Amino acid sequence: MRRRDILLGSAAALATGTRAFAQTPVTIGMVTTLSGPGGYLGQDIRDGFKLVMDMEGGKLGGVPVQLVVEDDALKPGQGKQIADRLLKNDKVKLFTGIVFSNVAGAVVPDVVDAGAIYVSPNAGPSNLAGKECHKNYFVASWQNDNIHEAAGQAATNLGYKRAFILAPNYQAGKDSLAGFRRFFKGDIAGEIFTRLDQTDFAAEMAQIRAANPDVVFQFHPGGLGIAFLRQYQQAGLLGKIPMVVSEASIDNVILAALGDAALGIYVGSHWNTDFDNAANKAFVPAWQKAYGRPITTYSQQGYDTALLIASALKATGGKVNDTAAMRAALAKADFQSTRGAFKFGLNQHPIQDWYMLKVEKGDDGKPVLRTVQKILTNHTDAYAAQCKL
Amino acid sequence: MTLVFEQLLNGVQLGVMLFLLAAGLTLVFGIMGVINLAHGSLYMIGAYAGALVAAKTGSFLIAFPTALLAAAAAGMLMETMVIRRLYARDHLDQVLATFALILIFNELITITFGRQPLFVSVPPLLNGSIELVPGFRYPAYRLAIIVVGLLVGVGLYGLIQHTRVGMLVRAGATHRDMVRALGIDVRLLCTLVFGLGALLAGLAGVMAGPILAVQVGMGEQILIMTFVVVVIGGVGSIRGAFLGALIVGIVDTLLRAFMPSLLRQVMVGSEADALGAGLASMGVYLLMAIVLLVRPRGLFIHGQ
Repeated sequence: MRRRDILLGSAAALATGTRAFAQTPVTIGMVTTLSGPGGYLGQDIRDGFKLVMDMEGGKLGGVPVQLVVEDDALKPGQGKQIADRLLKNDKVKLFTGIVFSNVAGAVVPDVVDAGAIYVSPNAGPSNLAGKECHKNYFVASWQNDNIHEAAGQAATNLGYKRAFILAPNYQAGKDSLAGFRRFFKGDIAGEIFTRLDQTDFAAEMAQIRAANPDVVFQFHPGGLGIAFLRQYQQAGLLGKIPMVVSEASIDNVILAALGDAALGIYVGSHWNTDFDNAANKAFVPAWQKAYGRPITTYSQQGYDTALLIASALKATGGKVNDTAAMRAALAKADFQSTRGAFKFGLNQHPIQDWYMLKVEKGDDGKPVLRTVQKILTNHTDAYAAQCKL
Repeated sequence: MTLVFEQLLNGVQLGVMLFLLAAGLTLVFGIMGVINLAHGSLYMIGAYAGALVAAKTGSFLIAFPTALLAAAAAGMLMETMVIRRLYARDHLDQVLATFALILIFNELITITFGRQPLFVSVPPLLNGSIELVPGFRYPAYRLAIIVVGLLVGVGLYGLIQHTRVGMLVRAGATHRDMVRALGIDVRLLCTLVFGLGALLAGLAGVMAGPILAVQVGMGEQILIMTFVVVVIGGVGSIRGAFLGALIVGIVDTLLRAFMPSLLRQVMVGSEADALGAGLASMGVYLLMAIVLLVRPRGLFIHGQ
């Protein structure tokens, strides 16, 4: 189950042979979820991250990098063990990779307390954004609530009055419903917490039909979301009761699976393939060329995380042991994000714009995500004020 | 009222899926005394075989028997190569070996088909919903699952209670040494029973395909509930597996559907939802604990 995937960036450095000194590669520990239903999320983060390294020939910001990828199998305990081993045995000072908030909750405190730096490519749980924020902890994606706040804002903009909301019963699920409520101005017609390992939603479909809301908001990451939407369709609810979701619920993998059935679903998101900026125009074709499979927000987050780390390595010349210098360099966020404007707030979580996307028919007849409008500008998170850094 | 009825049907549907898995598990445990954690992998193999053939041929009618055969073949292969060596060993060795099988099957599937889930579309004939009573529609496909599950239940009952093979199976479950002493080829019987269990798991897998996402690790998600069914119904009893599965399916679904709204009568909305969800997910395990206290051998095992 545990796999070790070592990329020797140093080989590339030696091959060029022009450098006067042989720099030992900086080791980056990537603890991520590669197995189980959530496996493709970690895979996309890893491959997005690797894409930046490959484009630089095994380096990030001109510094040779060795990426150690380990699978946490969505088990907080396993993630913790891996992190401890990397910290103690391999003296790794820079970590990234975690997909799920429950794993992050177990791993991140260990990592930052040991004096290492953690840069999150995905999970941004609320408890680590507020009082428990840490100077060694950076989030390059979003605070968990953000993606759902954007969905709430989208539902408000679309004029819906009664929403039925569902999410799995774990930290990120609770954050999602809290986030949606915060920016949705209508009433909540019903609220259901599903199980994190649940794949059959027949009971929930019946509850939704009985409540007959204006709009359904649901948050089910990865395979769970696919099962949910397919069953929504089979229950005859798709097209009858509109759905607004956050970006975690509908990525291009899910879209490819759902086909035309997904047309008309609204999505709140921080990024889309059609964003018109130079970084994004370099990223999207590069991904297609390298991997040839659907590109997801997870790919983008892995890619942006690598860009952020590259900018800090460049600024410090790869001296990861100088944590203070690394922190200062990371906090500047001196890189061109594929999402456009990006900077860190006081709690070292992003301040960025949010958009409403819609699933529409693409030029080739297949459904694609189109950007409709910007709905939140320079949006921060609800917990930043509680963070004393 | 229709809501309660619909949720009951959902419960029955979950129940028959659990039964298809539990039937194989309970027979294997009852007759051979092997705890087969890799039973969920057979379910996954059925689902993958069905999904792949359906995608290639576009026909559910071809995919269906292929999936059953694939799962049965994988099961019999598993029995002759690995499980057979475990009969004489203690349960810890069995758990270790079959857990290893889970890991091996999951990785094999990952290497061959990748981590991204596969999708099967509902057969066109069963797409849509049927009006059972005026004003109440239920998805045709789920209804078909219930019908198939009940038919399999009846078929298994006939097989076990009224045929010679069934007699051997029953005898094997209760008096294994006696059967062996009477000169029955117990090895062959074991392989056949294991194959039958695998076939049923494959059936559950291929039927689950169009509803759930076909993905690595899908077997483990349902396996835990299946063990609950086996414990509640009693080890080795098909009747116990059937009734136990229906009880677990219905209890789980009804708790999930109605616990939060019941709690909302006495407490604040969001707290009620959170507590209700918590209680609902504990529900079947609580039930299992109670059954273990009251009737440690299972609800539907008599005597001894």
